[in-house]
Amino acid sequence: MGTSGHRYKVVLGYGTCGIAAGATGVRDALEEAEKAGGYDMDFDIAGCMGYCFIEPVVEVFDSEGGSVIYGDMTAKKVAQLLDEHIKSGKVIEDWVVRKSDQPEAGEGDFLANQHRVVLRNCGKINPESIEEYIEIGGYEAAKKALATMSPDEVIEEVSAAGIRGRGGAGFPTGTKWGFARKSPGDIKYLICNADEGDPGAFMDRSVLEGDPHTVIEGMILAGYAIGARQGYIYCRAEYPLALKRLDIALEECHRRGFLGEGIFGSDWDFDIRIKKGAGAFVCGEETAMMASIEGKRGMPNPRPPFPANQGLWGKPTNINNVETLAAIPWIIANGGAEYAKTGTEKSKGTKVFCLAGKVRRSGLAEVPMGYTLRQVIFDVGGGVQAGKEFKAVQMGGPSGGCLPAALLDTLVDYDAIIATGAIMGSGGMIVADDRTCMVDLARYFLSFTQEESCGKCTPCRIGTKRMLEILERICEGRGEPDDIDKLDELAADIKAASLCALGGTAPNPVLTTLKYFRNEYEDHILNHKCTAGVCPALITLHIDPETCIGCGACVKVCPTEAITGEKKQPHVIDVEACIRCKMCLSRCPEDSIIAE
Amino acid sequence: MDQIKVEIDGSEFTAPAGSTILEIARANGVYIPTLCYDPRLTPYGACRLCLVEVEGARALLPSCYARAEDGMKIQTTNEKLERIRKTLVELLVSDHPMECMGCEKSGRCELQELAQRYDITESGYAGEKHEYIEFSENPFVTRDYNKCIMCGRCIRICREVQGVGVYDFVNRGFEAVPGTPFERPMQETPCEFCGQCISTCPTGAIKARPYEGDGRVAARDILRNACAYFHMSEEEMTKALGLEEWKVRTTCAYCGCGCQLDLHVIDNRIVEVTSPLMEGAGQGNLCVKGRFGYDFVGSRERLTRPLIRKGKKFVETDWDTALDLVAKKLGGTKKKSGADSIAVLASARITNEENYLIQKFARAGIGTNNVDHCARL
Ligand SMILES: Cc1cc2nc3c(=O)[nH]c(=O)nc-3n(C[C@H](O)[C@H](O)[C@H](O)COP(=O)(O)O)c2cc1C
Ligand code: SF4
Ligand code: SF4
Repeated sequence: MGTSGHRYKVVLGYGTCGIAAGATGVRDALEEAEKAGGYDMDFDIAGCMGYCFIEPVVEVFDSEGGSVIYGDMTAKKVAQLLDEHIKSGKVIEDWVVRKSDQPEAGEGDFLANQHRVVLRNCGKINPESIEEYIEIGGYEAAKKALATMSPDEVIEEVSAAGIRGRGGAGFPTGTKWGFARKSPGDIKYLICNADEGDPGAFMDRSVLEGDPHTVIEGMILAGYAIGARQGYIYCRAEYPLALKRLDIALEECHRRGFLGEGIFGSDWDFDIRIKKGAGAFVCGEETAMMASIEGKRGMPNPRPPFPANQGLWGKPTNINNVETLAAIPWIIANGGAEYAKTGTEKSKGTKVFCLAGKVRRSGLAEVPMGYTLRQVIFDVGGGVQAGKEFKAVQMGGPSGGCLPAALLDTLVDYDAIIATGAIMGSGGMIVADDRTCMVDLARYFLSFTQEESCGKCTPCRIGTKRMLEILERICEGRGEPDDIDKLDELAADIKAASLCALGGTAPNPVLTTLKYFRNEYEDHILNHKCTAGVCPALITLHIDPETCIGCGACVKVCPTEAITGEKKQPHVIDVEACIRCKMCLSRCPEDSIIAE
Repeated sequence: MDQIKVEIDGSEFTAPAGSTILEIARANGVYIPTLCYDPRLTPYGACRLCLVEVEGARALLPSCYARAEDGMKIQTTNEKLERIRKTLVELLVSDHPMECMGCEKSGRCELQELAQRYDITESGYAGEKHEYIEFSENPFVTRDYNKCIMCGRCIRICREVQGVGVYDFVNRGFEAVPGTPFERPMQETPCEFCGQCISTCPTGAIKARPYEGDGRVAARDILRNACAYFHMSEEEMTKALGLEEWKVRTTCAYCGCGCQLDLHVIDNRIVEVTSPLMEGAGQGNLCVKGRFGYDFVGSRERLTRPLIRKGKKFVETDWDTALDLVAKKLGGTKKKSGADSIAVLASARITNEENYLIQKFARAGIGTNNVDHCARL
């Protein structure tokens, strides 16, 4: 990163996640300082760097190319940063997340253990500036392809890379492009799937917010390869910042002739339009998405016919995920063979995971295929909070499955993960520790799919509702002995009979928890116990008299005044009065309140 | 047209290329259950009852939607398929008011028929049921969505056949249900009250108000079952039982299209009008007049004899007298003022043949080309 004559360049991670954590105050403070002058620095924003666990994040580059990343920034801390680091060149060790000269120290291994291809520019360049993208070689791949490669050669390169669709199903991208290219017709469409509806997945948003031009360049290449002159980006309206940055990026591309007629001075026309989605998870499914773009209710249709033959407006259409498309410029620039060097035999390249849940370092983790889940969760994610025990990881969001510790050595590989009953999916990784109830977790995911079902087909519309009702009653302590069989039977029929993959995969969280954590179901049903201490109807709360310091923090929040005790003496909970809302649990500074 | 050969349940059938699996099965008497299928509409693939197993296919295919390919090997029934179908019907039944006894649709309800077929009297998956209020804000259509099975047929027929589009689904998941825009009463939508949605609804969710409460349905029910049992025609059976109810096939008299009607008659009174599916000019579709405009037939105010004006009054007479008078007056006018002083205005409510005769009468009989018709009803 150049510092344009100044000694330092200060870059703030300014994605939605950073903003939510307070980055706007930090930005204002830094902008003010820059304007006021007197500091030997440039200030710029960038997209999300992926450090969700310690946002807002600021990276300070020096003129030699070294950098220091500070986390948990606030507007107040800016003054100290300016005084100590910028003015006196003194690194504020207490705040450091990562130093480029000691990349693996401290929390540095979060990034050190990653391999960033898709996220290569996220957090490094200003996403609202096409110049910065061009400066680091942006649009060179598109120019090269249009000038020197035939569409078939582009497809061959993508096939050689071996990249598989990152939207969930993992279909080989080169093969899919080949279908769309061969499909007869003058008018073809390309759609970038930026609907990202999985709870716990946010990598597509981060890419769009942090590096929109990469996605646009990927689309230019895809459009050229399959013969589509019109592209759509279907992006959910709940991503206002991504939409704003896409708008800016598209406008800049138009101005420079990278989009429109005769792009890059060639005779190829390509343009992109944004279609805002209204936040229905099912609209991420390709046939529903096309219906939605056509102005109809977003409901899936059976396939065949496949989009490659009869897609948007009845024309051959190719749909790719944001992450898939973001990898394409790199592949064309560096060659498919180079990309294929990373990964396993059938899963090439890298995959971005969104680490969330009870993991110590939540955030974006781009790792090579072939890593083990353990490497992702422990080496990158830092494992679970101190004192807690890793219990499971939910992969692939609501369509995926829940894998136990025993499967932590499973490889990040489409087929290896499918063999466990989970799916790679879009890359959500929600970590559960010993305080997570697996029945409750399955209930949560099913409640999501049940609500997001479009309602078109019988098994998904009513079947998931009935499964959810069974899970709800198990969690409420009203489970019946044959409920597990009923869940199994319904799950099998819903999977086999649903119209689209929403219903077809909705039972997966239930099936995998039944497979790997059946004892928890049995505990709930037969012993009326929730060992994780989560399901309110099946737990009692009490205070450990050994560790309670009698601070009274719990007393203040208890809505039913169930907690009593003298100051500095162990407190007690009246089990009769307690409504098990667990408000007190999080307030106790000593973790003395026990739910079991 | 190219022909393809497919194997269904071990038997080989030939069919035109482009046919769906269901079309081939139906054409050859192979039963596949359906709920969201109506031959008048584009396939939809929602109810999942028509799923079949195709050799080599990754998943089960909806036979209503999937086009057959040459050489396809298809199984329409096996243990797995039947288990799935039973579960599907059970799921539908689990959200259905079990009030068949009082339901007008009983006996020709497609869900009831499948429940019978799969021996379901009660769902094994009991749970929350919808409790929607009934919409009966207009004189023609009542909508009781507690009985809706979300087949989307009403929505599709309104959009695809009528080109109107009064309905679409609202809400998602279990809460999804057909509805009008912003729950407006149907008379405040572009609805034409053709009742096409009634004609396609497989359950009692959409009913025709004019036919309501005639009790004929239960009677026909018994009748139909009895006919099947004794191998008698409906007419024979109604007569044998003295029920006085049968269907009269006729042609709609409202316009020249010639839609086929089945008038359901009890005690010499029309109680319902339907149109035979995929037959005649209308293929089972009717407009508001054909479907609901039948009460004139039994009206007491209907003219049954010609009337002649005498002074300020109309006086009943016989046809000969009336026609003689018309002939005389027409002849007199023609003689006095010429044939072109007469114009003949025909009606779109009569048949093409009758209209032909009228123009013949005008041109050859009277000698004028002043012929027109109302074509507005
Ligand atoms: C219910 C459902 C939701 C989906 N949501 C998304 C999504 O948010 N983003 C996405 O890229 N793909 C999603 N998909 C997968 C897409 O249908 C499609 O497979 C994908 O966009 C293809 O792109 P790819 O080949 O690059 O992975 C979803 C699929 C289903 C069934
Ligand atoms: S599986 Fe669910 S989301 Fe998909 S079509 Fe059926 S009801 Fe709609
Ligand atoms: S109202 Fe009738 S036709 Fe319409 S979706 Fe419901 S069951 Fe089908």
